[in-house]
Order: sequence, then C-alpha cells, then structure tokens
Amino acid sequence: MKRNIFKKVYDWLDERYDLTPLIEFGKHKKVPVHEHTIWYYMGGVTLFLFLIQAFTGILLSMYYQPGPDSSYESLRFLLTKVRFGWLIRSIHSWSANLMIFFAFVHMFSTFFTRAYKKPRELTWVSGFILLSLALAFGFSGYLLPWNELAFFATKVGTEIVGAVPIVGPIIMKVLRGGSDVTGATIYRFYAIHITLLPAIFMLVLALHLVFVQKHGMSEPEHLANLPESKKKYIPFFPNFLLRDLILWLIVFDILVFLAVYYPWELGLKADPFAPAPAGIRPEWYFMFMFQTLKLLPGHVLFIEGEVLGILLFMVGGLAWMLVPFWALKERPGRRIQPMEFIGVAVLVYIGVMTILGYVL
Amino acid sequence: MEVNRRKFTNFLIGGGLLGWLASVLYPLITYLIPPKVEEQSLNSVKAGKVDDFPPNSGKIIKFGRKPVLLIRTETGEFRAFSAICTHLDCIVQYREDTKHIWCACHNGMYDLTGKNISGPPPRPLMPYVVRIQKNEIIIEKPTNLG
Amino acid sequence: MKIGYLGILMSLFLGVGPLMAQSQDDDKTTNLQRLVEVDQCVACHIDEEALPEGLHENDIHLRVGLSCAGCHGGDPTSDDMDIAMDPARGYVGIPDKREVPRFCGKCHSDINFMRQFRPQVETDQEEQYYTSRHGKLLLKGDTKVAVCTDCHTSHAVFPASDPRSSVYPTNVPITCKKCHSDPDYMASYKIPTDQFEKYAESVHGQALLKKKDVGAPACNDCHGNHGALPPGVTSIGQVCGNCHINNLQYFQKTKMAEEFKKMDLHDCIECHGYHSVPPTNDDMVGVGEQSTCIDCHDEGDEGYKAAVQIRQLLLDLTTAIDSAKVLKKRVQIIGMDDLDIEYLLKDAHQQLIHARTVVHTFDPKQVEEKTKTGLERAKEAIQLALEEIKEYHRRRKGFLFATLFTTLLIIGLFIKLRQIESEQKSES
Repeated sequence: MKRNIFKKVYDWLDERYDLTPLIEFGKHKKVPVHEHTIWYYMGGVTLFLFLIQAFTGILLSMYYQPGPDSSYESLRFLLTKVRFGWLIRSIHSWSANLMIFFAFVHMFSTFFTRAYKKPRELTWVSGFILLSLALAFGFSGYLLPWNELAFFATKVGTEIVGAVPIVGPIIMKVLRGGSDVTGATIYRFYAIHITLLPAIFMLVLALHLVFVQKHGMSEPEHLANLPESKKKYIPFFPNFLLRDLILWLIVFDILVFLAVYYPWELGLKADPFAPAPAGIRPEWYFMFMFQTLKLLPGHVLFIEGEVLGILLFMVGGLAWMLVPFWALKERPGRRIQPMEFIGVAVLVYIGVMTILGYVL
Repeated sequence: MEVNRRKFTNFLIGGGLLGWLASVLYPLITYLIPPKVEEQSLNSVKAGKVDDFPPNSGKIIKFGRKPVLLIRTETGEFRAFSAICTHLDCIVQYREDTKHIWCACHNGMYDLTGKNISGPPPRPLMPYVVRIQKNEIIIEKPTNLG
Repeated sequence: MKIGYLGILMSLFLGVGPLMAQSQDDDKTTNLQRLVEVDQCVACHIDEEALPEGLHENDIHLRVGLSCAGCHGGDPTSDDMDIAMDPARGYVGIPDKREVPRFCGKCHSDINFMRQFRPQVETDQEEQYYTSRHGKLLLKGDTKVAVCTDCHTSHAVFPASDPRSSVYPTNVPITCKKCHSDPDYMASYKIPTDQFEKYAESVHGQALLKKKDVGAPACNDCHGNHGALPPGVTSIGQVCGNCHINNLQYFQKTKMAEEFKKMDLHDCIECHGYHSVPPTNDDMVGVGEQSTCIDCHDEGDEGYKAAVQIRQLLLDLTTAIDSAKVLKKRVQIIGMDDLDIEYLLKDAHQQLIHARTVVHTFDPKQVEEKTKTGLERAKEAIQLALEEIKEYHRRRKGFLFATLFTTLLIIGLFIKLRQIESEQKSES
C-alpha cells in the first residue's frame, strides 16, 4: 500500500522528468576503496556545514537588525529573549569555523593526492574560489555583532586591504562605505554577507558539484594503473551515501556539542572612539597572513614591508589557484616528489605562522 | 533471527530518527515563536495607560538601560526626563509636596521643565518626548532630526 | 589695540558688514559705523586713530545706543573739539580712579534710568561695592584696589551671561587672578597669592576651568561680586551649604558642629580646605594616611572608633559594588541578560552616594542605614549575576538529550550499513 503510493508518485514524476537515468547513475556510480578513501568525505562534510550555515543564517536574519545602534542590541535581544537564540547563533558561528577548517582539509587532501590533474583542473579552480568566498563570508560575518573585537578586527583587516598599491585605498573605501569603519560598514558587510556572497557561492558550488559528478572520484595514480580486477569499489548508493550520512551526523553531534559547551560570546559593544583593546587578532584562518605582515620589516629594499607581504600573498594565492596548470612532473624513484615538498612547505608555513600568531 | 535483527535495526533507525527530529525541531519551532517582548525597541517605550497615572505624580520607567522619570503634572500634562541626576548619577524623583523634581542624595532640585534650580546639580535633566496613543503613554528618545 | 579707520572701512567694503547684517547684535561694524554718521566723537577719534584701548564693537553700551558722551559727557554733535569736549557741556573725560564707582553709578544706581533697558535690573552694585574690601580701601584713598572697570573692563563690557565677558563664570578666576596672583602687586596687603593656583586644582576649578561646567562655582560664587569679601569664618558653612545643602544640614546637627564653634574651628574647610578643595574620596574618613578625622581624634576616643566604623561600612559597600560590576560585565560578555543587574547596581550606587553624604552626621548608625540597603542591592545583583552565569551553563543539559538520539541514529545507520554490505557480499 505504502509502496504503491511511492511508486505512483515516482511514476508520475518519472513520466514527466525522466528520473530513471538519475537513479541509474546513482546506482552505477562507484567509489574506489583504498587507503586514502577517507579524504573523499571531506568535501561532503564541507557541503553539509554550508547547508547548516545557510539554514541558521536565515533563522538569524529573522531577528537581526543591522545598524550601529541596533546590531549589538538586536543580537543581545536574540541571545537573552529569544528561546534557543543563543543556540542558533552559536551553531552559526561554530559551523562557520568548522566549514572553513574542513574546506582546508579538503583542499590539501586534493593537493596531496594530486586529484587536480587533468581533467579536473577546473574542479580545483572552482574549489579554490569557493574557499576564498568562504573566507569572505567569515570576514564579513565577523563584523555583524558589532562588538569590540569585531570592530577592531575589521578595522585592521580593511586597513590591510587599503595597503594594496593603487587600487587598495579605493577598495578599502568601498568596503567600509566611507573612510572609516562605521555604521555604513555594517550595512555593506550585511548586504555582502547575506545576498552577494550566497548568490555567487551557490553558482560556483553548483559548477563544482557538476564537475565532480562529471568526472567521478579521482583515483590515486598507483591505483589507477592497477588492473581492473585488483581494484575495489563500493556503490555510491547506498553504501557511500550511508557512510556520508553517518559522518554528517557525527559532525552534527560535534557541532552541537561545541555550540552548547563553548557558546560563542557576545562581547562588549563596539565603541569606535575607545582605544583598541589589547590582543586584537583576526579569526584563526587569517592568522597566518596577519602574522606574516606583522613580522615583515617596515621596509624591504625600496618597498614597504606590508605592501610586499600583500603582493606576495596575492601572487601566492594566484599560483595556488593555478596549480593544475603548472604542477611539476613527478620524478620516479624520488622518495619526496617536488609537489609534495611544496605542499608540505605551505602547510608548515601556515602552521608555524598560525602558532606564532597565538604565542607571540 | 535474521528478520528480527533487521526489524531491530529498522526500529533503531526509526526511533533514533524520530527522537533526532524532535530534538532538532523543538528548538527550531520555539525559536520561531515570537518572544514575549516582541521587538527590541531602541527609541521608544510604552509606559502604561493614561488612567493609571493620577495628576501630581511621578514614576520611574525603564527605558532600556536608562531610567526615565515620567511626571503627570497637576494640570494633567505628561512630561518625561532622564531620571539620572546631573550631579552624581543618583536617580531623581517627583515630589508631590513641592511639585518639583528632587534628588535625595544631595537635595538637588529641578523644576518641571527639568531645569536645575537649587542644590549641586550643574545641568538640567535631558527631556524625553511623551506621546499619547489610544490612552497609551509612549516615551520617546528626543531626536534632532525633527 | 587701536582700531584704524582703514581697518573699519576695509571690513565694511570687503563685505563683512553685509554678511553679518542679519544679526544686528553681532554685527562687527555697524555699531561704530552707525555712530560715525551722527557722532562727532567717534568720527574724530577714528580719524585721529585715538579710539580707546580694548574698545569692543559689541560693547553693551554701544549696543544699546550709548556713545562716548553717554558716559564721558560733552557734545557729540559738534565737530569742534573745544565745543565737544567743553566741561561746561558736561564733559568729564577720563575719570579719576577714585571716581569710577560714582562715574558708573550715575546710571547704574538709578533705577528710573536703568529700568528702560531691563525691567528687573539691579541697581545696588555701587552701594554694595562700598561695603566690599575693595570699596572700603578705595574710600581710604587706596587706588590699587579694583574698581568697576578693573573687573568689567572699560570699553569691552558685556553682560555676565555673555561668554565674551570678563566676568563670565569661566573668565572670573582669570579676571581676579590678574591682581590676586601677582605677589608684587599684592605685597602691601600681606595676603596669600596662591588662591588661583589652588583653586585651579580643586574640584570646583577643574569643573569650571577644565570641563567648562559653568554650574561650578567661580570666585564670586563664594566671595560675592560687588560686595566681595572673604566669607566670614563663621559663615563659611552657610557659603558651602548654598549648594551642598544636605551635607551642611547633617553637619549642623552633630555634636562636632558645636565643638567646632567652641574650639573656633571653621566647619567644612577644616576637612575639605577652601581654595584647594580636592575631590573627595572614601579615605578621607577612617584612620588611614589620608584621613582628616585623625587630625583631631586619637586612638581610643569615640570619634576614632566612629571613623573606623564608617570607613569599614563604606568599604564593604564599594567592595560589594565592585564585585557585582565585574560579574555584570561577565554576564554581558557571555550574552546573558544583565539589565536587571544593572538596575540593582544603580540602586546600590545611589545608596553609596547617599551614604557618603550621611558621613557628615559622623554617626555610624545613620551611615549603616544607607550602606545596609546598598549592600542588599549589591548582593542581590551578585546573586542575579551568578544565577545568569549558572543558567548559561545549565543549558548544556539539553545537549545530552539531543545527543542520545543522534547517537542512536548513528548506531542504527551503522548496523544497517553492515547488514547491507554483508548481504551484498553473500549475493556476489
């Protein structure tokens, strides 16, 4: 009986939209099994966290009122008067951090398994763009509570943008909505955070997912060269999907645990005329850049240290985005491949700078 | 045996799913139900019904974080002032006998326009705007925008 | 500074005049310019560049239409100097310093004349002046003392409510200081010259000169203006009590006030000083280093005990308020409701302020009445803050409930997966 209703609905849809190929695709889609299979799940987890972001973001926007007089107050209202307001807000904040964390993991696992190689170049590029957008999400969302930390972190962050030669000052002014971080900045960041970024993100995300489906899972080279009989696969549906689901639930549980046991604080309301409190630092995912700029000397040759740092990061970012197009050839026999070396160097650099940022 | 195990698994999944949905939906739905105080209002506050205030009386109203003194004069007119004394931040009150605003801490006096008239207060009290809407008293922050 | 004719003409033609014309009051040129046409004194003195030093265009006398002759007499209609400045036509010229009070008093002591400018005007300044130390010495022939023009200036006179006036509240100390802080000038009077220095550092001076709070007292608020005298040592309490009403009332009812009289001590100033009145703090009571109580009281006497008690009461309350404040900030930072805590704290703070006034009863019991209520409020605030912080942690409990089902679901799905996979294996 139950089955009948499902079947009827399915038939009705199938007749009009031809669903069978989709189901077949799911059934026949196979996921290779090997010692690196675990990395296949990282993209899915990132996607799951993005969905949570979208969902909790919508919920938050129902109570949040952007504005220099209302941002902090409306958030205070949400936290103190709206039931479970604190939970939704805390999940949104934690999920943002976890999402960026998993995006990084996803990216480096792709890098080290050399999954960006032909034909997946554009998948890598679109993934890099997604990560950049996620960072922009983080930066713009950080200001919205309009508390002391947010205010000064944004001030410093936009100042760094302003140090970019030629276009920097204009971009900074446009970002801030004036020459300083004020109420106008909140409105801009709010608009960017809830309309502009989601729209672009969805588009790039859709492309990214289509690319992934088009090519299927990438196999590490030593596996791809094995004869078909020695390879192990599991079906995408239901085996891989169930595993995905279980992992999502575990991540969900951890997320809720973090949100409940380490709720995000509200802080003190921003006072633009107060001196900056000690220990102003950006979110952890910007720390390595922030720390680098701090450590650079005032002048390197004829160029300002900060400007040089920014330029290097821009060049570095661009190079990283275009990795598939210049990746060094593997050298058989070498224990450490050149690309592996580059990847490890980048990881160590980010790790050391981040730690220094918190220790110094 | 096999069937039983399968039934048990399905029961576990079904029960877990129901419980999980409940624990996700409960906070969600209560979140969406508007809280008692419907909105965070920054610029005005409802002080009560006109009839609850006899002439020649005053009452402290909480205006967010700031106390406001609402006065109904002998002639029945409503006025509101910041209730924070300009001398040392004590809270002022309306005195029915002298018909003045009075600060108990150092015997500071203000007239019914909020002007400091005796004692140590150095400045007048900031006035708030009082509006009556359908028998309801609404106190508003003064704006320079007109 | 002399105002050159050229200067006036320039400012006229360069358009300052028309710009300012909308407000006659502040019009920089018309007051004099108007007079040039009709008043030969002005016309001639401009030509000769012999306008009096410090003449201000908006001097109140010029503004109400009085010209030179209004005070100095003579005939302003004649351009012949001999006629215009003929003593027979009432010309008095520059009065002798001893004559100045009378010179101004001609008008200012005449209510019938003064009324036409301001109905509620006072006309007793001259009379008061002769009762002041300045006036008395002048009568004795001492021309070093201040007369009207020394404080009000001669030709830049403004009402005391005008910030440009030399007797506007924030300018009064500077005006008095001109003579009173000059040791050479004051040498013959054998009085101190450090009043301004002390006053500027005092709570009053800081409020008036630094914060520009014109509600704070300047020299004249305690010493009087035209009748300026040092306040009599017996009346000093009354002087302070003009503003500090409660403090005086409490003090006057104490045993100490009586004893003070017997011992020829002078009320407020014994503890608070006079020109140097420092901002008060709680350490002024008690038996610590800054205490004023131990100037008279010794260990063992009643007053000493009371001082210790009162200090302790204040300390208990301030400590409680401080810890409540710290907790309140924590509550605010973690995003819990701190509004009620804030109102309780306001109340506690009010009791503290009140208690500090009641200190002037020197009665620990009366102080305790206030601090007790304050302490209760502060404790309620602390309680409420702790409650909020507890609630912040209590919310975690709901997590256990949610995680139970999530875990069940995970386990269920995991078993399901194993089943499916073992089936797939047996199938193949």
